[in-house]
Amino acid sequence: MDFKINGRAVSYDGDGEMPLLWYLRDLEGMTGTKFGCGAGLCGACTVHVDGMAVRSCQTWMDDVDGTEVTTIEGLGNGETLHALQVAWAENDVPQCGYCQSGQIMQAASLLAENPNPTDEEIDVAMSGNICRCGTYQRIKKSIRDVASGKVKGGTI
Amino acid sequence: MSLHIENVSRRGILKGAGIVGGLVLTAPLMSKGLLAEIKKASGMLEATNYLSISEDGTVNIYIHRVEMGQGSRTGLPQIIADELEADWSRINFVAAFGDQKFGDQNTDGSTSIRKFYDTFRHAGAAARMMLEQAAAKKWDVDASQVEAREHRIVNKATGDSADFSEFVTAAAELPVPAVDKVTFKSKDQHRFIGKPVRNIYMKDFVTGSSQFGQDVRREGMLYAVAMRPPVLGGKLKGYNKEAAMAVSGVVDVVELPAFEKPIMFKPLGGVAVLATNTYAAKKGLEALAAEFEAGDNGGYDTAAYEQTLWQSIEGEDVNFLKRGDVDGALSSAAKVVEADYFVPHLHHAPMEPPAATAEWRDGKLMMWVCCQDPQSVQQTVAPYVGLKPEDVHVEATLLGGAFGRKSKPDFAAEAAILAKHAGKPVKMVWTREDDMQHSYYHTISAQRVKAAIDADGKVTAYKHKSAFPSIFEIFNPATEHPVPLEMGLGLLDIPFETANMQIDAGRARGHVRIGWMRSVTNIQHAFAVGSFVDELAEATGKRTDAMWMELIGSDRTLDPAKDGADYFNYGESLERHPLETARLKGVLKKVVEMSGYGKKMPKGHGLGLSVHRSFVTYVATVVEVAVDGDGNLSVPRAWVAADCGLAVNPDRVKSQMEGAVVFGTSIALHGEITAKDGIIEQTNFDGYPVCRMNECPHVEVAILETTGVPGGVGEPGVPPVAPAITNAIFAATGNRIRRLPIGHQLSA
Repeated sequence: MDFKINGRAVSYDGDGEMPLLWYLRDLEGMTGTKFGCGAGLCGACTVHVDGMAVRSCQTWMDDVDGTEVTTIEGLGNGETLHALQVAWAENDVPQCGYCQSGQIMQAASLLAENPNPTDEEIDVAMSGNICRCGTYQRIKKSIRDVASGKVKGGTI
Repeated sequence: MSLHIENVSRRGILKGAGIVGGLVLTAPLMSKGLLAEIKKASGMLEATNYLSISEDGTVNIYIHRVEMGQGSRTGLPQIIADELEADWSRINFVAAFGDQKFGDQNTDGSTSIRKFYDTFRHAGAAARMMLEQAAAKKWDVDASQVEAREHRIVNKATGDSADFSEFVTAAAELPVPAVDKVTFKSKDQHRFIGKPVRNIYMKDFVTGSSQFGQDVRREGMLYAVAMRPPVLGGKLKGYNKEAAMAVSGVVDVVELPAFEKPIMFKPLGGVAVLATNTYAAKKGLEALAAEFEAGDNGGYDTAAYEQTLWQSIEGEDVNFLKRGDVDGALSSAAKVVEADYFVPHLHHAPMEPPAATAEWRDGKLMMWVCCQDPQSVQQTVAPYVGLKPEDVHVEATLLGGAFGRKSKPDFAAEAAILAKHAGKPVKMVWTREDDMQHSYYHTISAQRVKAAIDADGKVTAYKHKSAFPSIFEIFNPATEHPVPLEMGLGLLDIPFETANMQIDAGRARGHVRIGWMRSVTNIQHAFAVGSFVDELAEATGKRTDAMWMELIGSDRTLDPAKDGADYFNYGESLERHPLETARLKGVLKKVVEMSGYGKKMPKGHGLGLSVHRSFVTYVATVVEVAVDGDGNLSVPRAWVAADCGLAVNPDRVKSQMEGAVVFGTSIALHGEITAKDGIIEQTNFDGYPVCRMNECPHVEVAILETTGVPGGVGEPGVPPVAPAITNAIFAATGNRIRRLPIGHQLSA
């Protein structure tokens, strides 16, 4: 199967039932996408396929043929980061940091679809992503800061 | 505290340390921790070696504690940088590997800042003074005429200044100032201490480039997953090696050494599949279809075991504290209030399941592990691969959460064994199912609390008995009741001025691995005490904050030893960290003020309160709940007042308190690990839910800084949360929750 990862063309002819998660982490060495539960329950492995947030542990290689996959490594543009990445830094969101790739990818997908979500809409969109450190209120604030235009993309 | 700083650069031992020339300071420091007794037995030397300045003026800070979200790898350098007057952008942050020379690296017990504040402060200040002396000598002025300012030394008379790099070589030749000659900056001069400095890993976190234990990759590395005996102490019976080897990508099937008591941090045995990627290894493991015999713990059933604990509560008392005549006061009381509390097994469930990578190099072992204590990894791994601990080099990666689980490096030993067998680097990957089913669980507990109330409504006696399997059984299989350390977490330090008090434990044995989890036995003890004070308030017609104030009584310092208790005080002396009732009352007053506790709430809403000292920090919490007509519970808001003494990084203290409320809410609402036929019944986040964004309160935090001595931060926010929630439920509904989790009790 042929597809793109962060704009780079790749092709794969192995087991089509391999989850995208393990392809990214083990075969491509792109470890920004995290392994949390392997069952679509925690959101740590969230990436975009054709702009939609998906759990890469529940996305099979067969399904990514012909698609454009975006991971946390490709969300920003070099040193110029996505507004959410900047907001995450400004609000000092991460504690351990492990779930945050997935949180940011989920939030980016939410804002792409709904640029000005209500608090309830944020809760609904983000409730599939667990943060065991409990950074939720700062995640919520960061999403609001980007939605309101208070924080824009740039460097940190 | 004994402190001796030595300038080792004068001894010329820098070669090979990666630092050429420059100034290096080292300071031995005695330190106690949760595992102090074990370390004493192993003869571990407590020393630390953490700061050097290169000739180009780069400040190298060796951060010997691990980072798992608590912010220590930012907070510790803040201390050195401040006293050194360093420029933050010219610091080289070095994550230290495991070595006894760094002193206690066991990042556990909320100790990193409170145990190393003085040491790091001395190091920064001593180095600054040496640079100042070198400059004074060069400029031929008195040392009092120069001062360090933002990585430069300034001649105060002329205003001339020069970069630190100008003086490093000369400073390295100077003797280190005697401890009593080291001077510190005043609080108003601080540039980093007490400031919200951003996490040093921030950019890595938000761009996905940070490296956790699960993310380690080595050239030619194999990926391993394993099936372990589902019952503790069970034996491997059989498996289909051929079927596993037939899976594409599978390289080998390897039996792990059988588990033997004592539990310690030993791997559990079982069988591993090695493959060229994690997916192939997992598929191979499925095909392997390993079977096990249950063994001695195959009868463990948590529902039945609860009855065993209540029998223990009824049975013989093991006394830990006695003041006055509790039974006499109870028998002559106008009223006796009594309540039973139950808390099930709990699990840490860090977002990153455990992982370890091992690689042989020149007869020695290199390891990259998401561990809380790299030295413990050395000690645990060495005997399994026939090495001396010092020949196991351990790099502590970032930890994707830990909460106590990753201070038990059983998973690291597995990686080492497999790498030795394979002759190639091996990453041992624990899946979420492995993590849920093979943890070191928070204990399971039953507690009975009684109080005597006289005709005037005054509490005259307090009696508390706690029965639970002890953590220490994993080290000493003969342990058959809680030890003083565990009773000291929230019971032996109950701050009541009551004339008569008695604290007892009941006997209990463990049938799964019992370990420490964020705030440890404070979880169940604070739940019982915090709930019971609310019950006493109800029984005497008082407000709960007033009940606490009455029970705590006068401003004083407590000494549990006066009542015969062997009190641990989190490894601190009572001189440095006294038990101060005024600080407890201070956070209580503050949280009442913040939350408006006592105000009238809308129908179905309630505020609940609790307060608790742990890890030498005082925390009071108020939670608002709402319960609808169908018994659906929500927790919209929480307020926390914390007095942790000096807050080195107030924003990280705040974030720990916010996170602790979420952690405590998970415990209260959902936390329950159960076993049937010796097997843990939960396998993933569906069976063991933790709070998600839509369930979590908005938390407001106030930090009270009543002393200049830092206390613990990572854990003390957790204990008051669960009782505050259940007390709020009582306020909202009149429904008293005495067993956790709340689960479906409100809709039943």
